[in-house]
Amino acid sequence: MTFDEIRRRAISEREALEASEKPHIFIGTATCGRSAGALAVREAIKAELERRRIDAIITEVGCIGLCYAEPLVDITKSGRPRICYGNVTPEIATQLIEDYIVNDNPRPDLALGTIGDGSIEGIPKFFDLAVLKPQVRISLRNCGFIDPENINHYIARDGYSGLAKALGVSPKAVIDEVWKSGLRGRGGAGFPTARKWEFCRSAVGKEKYIICNADEGDPGAFMDRDLLEGDPHSVLEGMLIGAYAIGAAEGYIYCRAEYPLAIARLNIALRQMREYGLLGDSILGSDFSFDIRIKEGAGAFVCGEETALMMSIEGKRGMPRSRPPFPAISGLWGKPTNINNVETWADVSAILQRGGEWFASYGTEKSKGTKNFSLAGKVRCTGLIEVPMGITIRQIVYGIGGGIPGDKKFKGVQTGGPSGGCLPASALDLPVDYESLTAAGSIMGSGGMIVMDEDTCMVDMARYFLTFTQAESCGKCVPCRVGTRQMLDILERVSKGDGEPDDIEKLEKLAITVRDCSLCALGGTAPNPVLTTIRYFRDEYEAHINEKRCPALVCKALISYYILPEKCEGCGICLRDCPVEAISGGKRMVHIIDQDRCIKCGTCLDVCPPRFSAVVKVSGQHITVPEKPIPVIMSKEERVKGNGNH
Amino acid sequence: MNEKRPGPVLERSEGIEHAGFKDTQEVAAIIDKYKGEIGQLISILQDIQAKLYYLPKEALVQVSETMGIPLSRVYSVATFFKAFSLKPRGRHMINVCLGTACHVRGASKLLEQIERSLKISRGETTGDFKFTLETLNCMGCCALGPVVRIDGRYFGQMSAGKVDLILNKYE
Repeated sequence: MTFDEIRRRAISEREALEASEKPHIFIGTATCGRSAGALAVREAIKAELERRRIDAIITEVGCIGLCYAEPLVDITKSGRPRICYGNVTPEIATQLIEDYIVNDNPRPDLALGTIGDGSIEGIPKFFDLAVLKPQVRISLRNCGFIDPENINHYIARDGYSGLAKALGVSPKAVIDEVWKSGLRGRGGAGFPTARKWEFCRSAVGKEKYIICNADEGDPGAFMDRDLLEGDPHSVLEGMLIGAYAIGAAEGYIYCRAEYPLAIARLNIALRQMREYGLLGDSILGSDFSFDIRIKEGAGAFVCGEETALMMSIEGKRGMPRSRPPFPAISGLWGKPTNINNVETWADVSAILQRGGEWFASYGTEKSKGTKNFSLAGKVRCTGLIEVPMGITIRQIVYGIGGGIPGDKKFKGVQTGGPSGGCLPASALDLPVDYESLTAAGSIMGSGGMIVMDEDTCMVDMARYFLTFTQAESCGKCVPCRVGTRQMLDILERVSKGDGEPDDIEKLEKLAITVRDCSLCALGGTAPNPVLTTIRYFRDEYEAHINEKRCPALVCKALISYYILPEKCEGCGICLRDCPVEAISGGKRMVHIIDQDRCIKCGTCLDVCPPRFSAVVKVSGQHITVPEKPIPVIMSKEERVKGNGNH
Repeated sequence: MNEKRPGPVLERSEGIEHAGFKDTQEVAAIIDKYKGEIGQLISILQDIQAKLYYLPKEALVQVSETMGIPLSRVYSVATFFKAFSLKPRGRHMINVCLGTACHVRGASKLLEQIERSLKISRGETTGDFKFTLETLNCMGCCALGPVVRIDGRYFGQMSAGKVDLILNKYE
């Protein structure tokens, strides 16, 4: 079959689907949807359709990015725009079938927005929502719209037309197109993709490899998972284009084992590509042959580093080696190898489909195109976003993200995961591009963006990241192995209130040594969270060290819980729920926390009824409470006396 | 007394088919599936673990002898990657996500509650081999943190209060 025939068939399949009179239901069943209960919703929909004998089409799609509103269900009725419903429970789903599919009430109260031509009264346009309006979807162009397990859905939306185009021109012309796009590596370092390809293309050797780095190990980042689960073919097409440009005959996808659904969907995608002649010998009748294998990671963060990743593919301990030689010269099995990240490959397929100039029309002068971010932490609209480079952090956090929940104060944003930094409120108007973020002490990274509010302790944050990098250090080079350990020791000491006056200086000194002397980027960037928190939040370190106080009330050793005698009503809830029986009291008796037994789990604070709000958390402060439980009524008298109101 | 040494210490055994290891054939079949290719060592260990839930000493010895790879190298790979366990694991695997987003939303509090409920620490298995409790750096559903995964089922927006309710459902 020629590509035109494949494409015609896919388009006619789509047109038949669109022309169908049957209602069409889309359910987002990516991992994020599943953890919100999407599978139960799917079963409820199927059961209700069967019970009512309604003939409807159900398509399971990937994540459209609005994780905060998961599970998401969209319904299209013939001749109407598609309506997207958020926070759908099995009960709501059943109700929607009755209300909209049967009784034609689109339930604007439950809808998020409409997608496609036409409008429905009372429901806004989906892409006009504040969370979507600033976004430009290039790599995520199909996520949430196509069935990722059906290759025809991808082909019907221009899929593999980029490959067809590439095969019609010379490899050099393909690289030129990528040059025009200005694409830089989306894995974090931002190296120009076309230059990387040129290095590998001109390297001596017949056998060459390309690798897709899907070892998304940054805690707090899920861009690649969403992309692989929602649109695996966009990544695979990019790999084919890259392989053709470089002259590689074999490729690997190195995907972390924590993403079982992504691996399953990749396997399905590869099988379909083989059936269509898009993989294997003489792809689409050309003399280009290429095959892809999937390698599952086994839980090692350092394997996201390219040389460690290649060691792991070879079946060895995933430990990095020094460069040069760079992988483009000597990579996998000692052969020239080109490695790019998932998002980069998805951008490549878009660039070949629509042209390098089109891609370059987005973004800034030095950072072209768009970038995916997983927006998480203390922000209202958590989820996966794709924004043009140059957008400000403020636009992301307050525009797209909807600000901080619970009227809390914004404290900082962490980009780049354990390799990145924490930026303060003064950086809110910083444009998001490679150079600006690096200048501020952070990095673009692969795209994790964690928002932090006043309840986040920056010393704890630095300790958290160092705990991570210290545990993930492979141990090969001394600065990283020993240096991260020493830094972590100091941070643990500080967060326990045992910090010494010169600890900040010691940390900075160690950080610079580790940064400058480590073998690979893991050690080279591990000090970033420490250096940036010291740079922007030094007062918090000083409070921990000098005043033995944790201003954000996070560090356990420095906080205490008290029950305010004048507020306690002696209801017994905290007493019953305390896991270590540290609370004494009785019915209508003021409860008291035994500070020696308290493990500071915070359960008492969580369960104390809001109308009493008797439990407080303090740091560096002592609150006087009765020595023994006294009747509630007595404490009220005391309070009245104390206030001098009698 | 040598057998009682603590920790995941491996000893050289006499031969492959020694008493007590009943999974010799399964392991052989897995090695065959990958044609004994040395580059497939990690995949082979992954498949063995998927089948036996952990990597018994005997299995590592068998891999080493069949594939002609020094046991030290098999051991070095098996101990490098966090996904591998040299200790038997429970019937149900609890993974608590400690990714950044889950961390800022109180994952450690949640983890401590599970530890208290099961009376084990992270990385351990309950005495009745019902549960193994492990932590992960990120499962990629950050928007719904804190997240716990039990046997592949995801529980989003978890709280310490829900722990016992959910754990009690498992047999």
